[in-house]
Amino acid sequence: MRKRLLSMALVSAMLVSVLSGCGAGKDSDDSKKGTDNAEEGKVINIYGWNDEFFKRVNAVYPEVDKVSKDGTEIHWIINPNKDGVYQEKLDQALRNQADAAADDKIDMFLAETDYVFKYTDEEADVAIPLTELGINPGEDLADQYDFTKITASDASGNQRASTWQCCPGLLVYRRDIAKEVFGTDDPVKIGEKVKDWKVMKETAEELKSKGYCAFASYADTFRLYGNSISQPWVTQGETVIKVDKKIMDWIKDSKEWKDAGYFDKTVKGQWNDDWNKSMGSKSKVFAFLFPAWGIDFTLKPNWDGADGAWAVTNPPQEYNWGGSYVIACRGTDNPKHVKDIIMAVTGNKDNLLKISKDYLDYTNTVSGMREAAKDSATYASDFLGGQNTFEYFAPVAERIQIAPLSAYDQGCVELLQNAFSDYFQGKVDFEKAKSNFETAVIERYPDITEIQWPE
Amino acid sequence: MVMGEKRKKINYSKWGYIFILPFFISFFIFSFIPLADTIRYSFYEYYRSGIKEIGPNFIGLANYISLLKSDMFKYAGNTFILWMIGFIPQIVIALVLASWFVDARLKIRGKQFFKVVIYLPNLIMASAFAMLFFTMFSTNGPINSILTAFGWIKQPIDFLGSVFGTRSLVGLMNFLMWFGNTTIMLMAAIMGISPDIFEASEIDGCGGLQRFFYITLPLIRPILAYTLITSIIGGLQMFDVPQILTDGQGAPDRTSMTLIMFLNSHLKSKNYGMAGSLSVYLFIVSSILCFITYRITNNDDPDGSKAAAKKAKRERRNKV
Repeated sequence: MRKRLLSMALVSAMLVSVLSGCGAGKDSDDSKKGTDNAEEGKVINIYGWNDEFFKRVNAVYPEVDKVSKDGTEIHWIINPNKDGVYQEKLDQALRNQADAAADDKIDMFLAETDYVFKYTDEEADVAIPLTELGINPGEDLADQYDFTKITASDASGNQRASTWQCCPGLLVYRRDIAKEVFGTDDPVKIGEKVKDWKVMKETAEELKSKGYCAFASYADTFRLYGNSISQPWVTQGETVIKVDKKIMDWIKDSKEWKDAGYFDKTVKGQWNDDWNKSMGSKSKVFAFLFPAWGIDFTLKPNWDGADGAWAVTNPPQEYNWGGSYVIACRGTDNPKHVKDIIMAVTGNKDNLLKISKDYLDYTNTVSGMREAAKDSATYASDFLGGQNTFEYFAPVAERIQIAPLSAYDQGCVELLQNAFSDYFQGKVDFEKAKSNFETAVIERYPDITEIQWPE
Repeated sequence: MVMGEKRKKINYSKWGYIFILPFFISFFIFSFIPLADTIRYSFYEYYRSGIKEIGPNFIGLANYISLLKSDMFKYAGNTFILWMIGFIPQIVIALVLASWFVDARLKIRGKQFFKVVIYLPNLIMASAFAMLFFTMFSTNGPINSILTAFGWIKQPIDFLGSVFGTRSLVGLMNFLMWFGNTTIMLMAAIMGISPDIFEASEIDGCGGLQRFFYITLPLIRPILAYTLITSIIGGLQMFDVPQILTDGQGAPDRTSMTLIMFLNSHLKSKNYGMAGSLSVYLFIVSSILCFITYRITNNDDPDGSKAAAKKAKRERRNKV
């Protein structure tokens, strides 16, 4: 009998310890919190997907390195962006935000342009408007580019996010191909040859006659059309996707270009092996359309030749591609620190210039970037044969027009490219591609009721 | 003395229940509750738009009806085709290999070695395997380079751009991954047959082919049925290989989109309602398939005598 009791006790003890395992951490945190009586929390939790923001904060915000003078710590919670893991973890944490202990609450998080609206959405209200934090966007962030402010605002125009980074895109071309086909690799002369879509098409024909392709794939040109749409994909409060005229232009032009052989026909879409290979020295592709990060993180690692083989010039159309936005999370217990960090990383010209110098980001300061464009000694790029890219980025950035975002952008862009990929390859006809897009988009967004095509 | 008698009557079976209790508790928490929830949510509108949660609102059978109107049957067809492409060669090759390996007369050397080798592809993660094939068969990949180097083709073949290419690749991968597993299972089945029967048949002058078709095949039927059932269920749940190979798009023109990929695209918006009703459909289909296969293979009337007796009885009754 005694033995039986003992074993029962052991089993139940085991179960209890298993079940209570999860809760143990929280209790100790709470007890720690009870001892301090400062207004601000002791832990700043920041959600991100890589060490990009972490490095920039450390570079310009020395107040909190590991542990600050007043004992505040920054905890970085990093989840990879790939396959939506980051958003999944973030959404999970946001839903638990209300019940989380003060020091476990998210204080800040990052979002990419493609899905920033999901979080800056007025109804969702997880992003604190900057004015509530004590930042007046009109004054304090007057030097930021206007289009980054539009992207960071909700439907009623309240800015709820801020970025240090601005991603105007350029045309990056191979100097050797330019010399062979056009007899010059001078960025100004090549810039003339690619100044708009009409001239660009003639240039593509010229390249084709010498056996080269203008671009690698139809997806390369998408951002130029897709990021200059005149109306959002879905208007706030509606459940109708309105496909913009610009998107139809992209479909029409891409099909025409694809059939004419101006793209590398072995490359389908982006971010795959074939696309990476088309940036190599054996490729016949003349140019890519990239912002600053694309040149550093995509083109450079895939290029297998010597430095100085590529050069940048103006793109056929001004565009922005990407950018990471910093958001103050509703429910934060460190509003003052969060405000300070946002101002230090995104609203301080000296800091932004330092980030530009150290990390080659094109930063969000109009006047600072104008200075950088003139300062070729500091900002020359070895990879581009000593060119000062800022000289080309600055005018593009100032001319970018961007439509307000909607929460459906990421899926629409991705699914549209996929559906029409079959059309460009000649696998399906135009109407079938349209209906495939409709099917896919309704699967992804169950609340969408209708898709409207122009004309 | 009285004590002794009492002790004899102690019922130890309760310890058995206590020992299997942890399994049932974890099954109940981690399998049964989610299962019941899946069925419950299939009657609800329940998804997320951005980070806003919509529902759960009870909407009856609306999810089921809208699924019937969607392309579900097309994806079911895709799944079936992809499964067949992999399963037919798999079962044929596995049967041949199994009967060779256990045939004492062939005296194959290094049996153990081959058994390990044919099982190896199954140990690779399906997604890694699909990644490998994706890279190998890409337009600028090694397969195209080799073919071009030998001068067999002039233009690189766009394997993943054609319906035939994509489907064959998925089939090939499923075949490579599972034929070793099936072979080993069938070997065990064949080895379970009493050698007396083989000997007797040989004395009666039975040839190799006859022996295979009239003795081996009928006697391993239960294991064949098991293979078929597990393969059908596995086939219905086919996901990782086509998902990775086509980047989740089921390209080209959604012809390699399987049912579970369809389910997965609902889960991108956390559409638990729609995904739940699709799961219920899948559950019903697999139950029916299992039932049919079970009835066909678990025939308790192997020589047809019972059926004949029944028929005769019925005829007799009709006459009367």
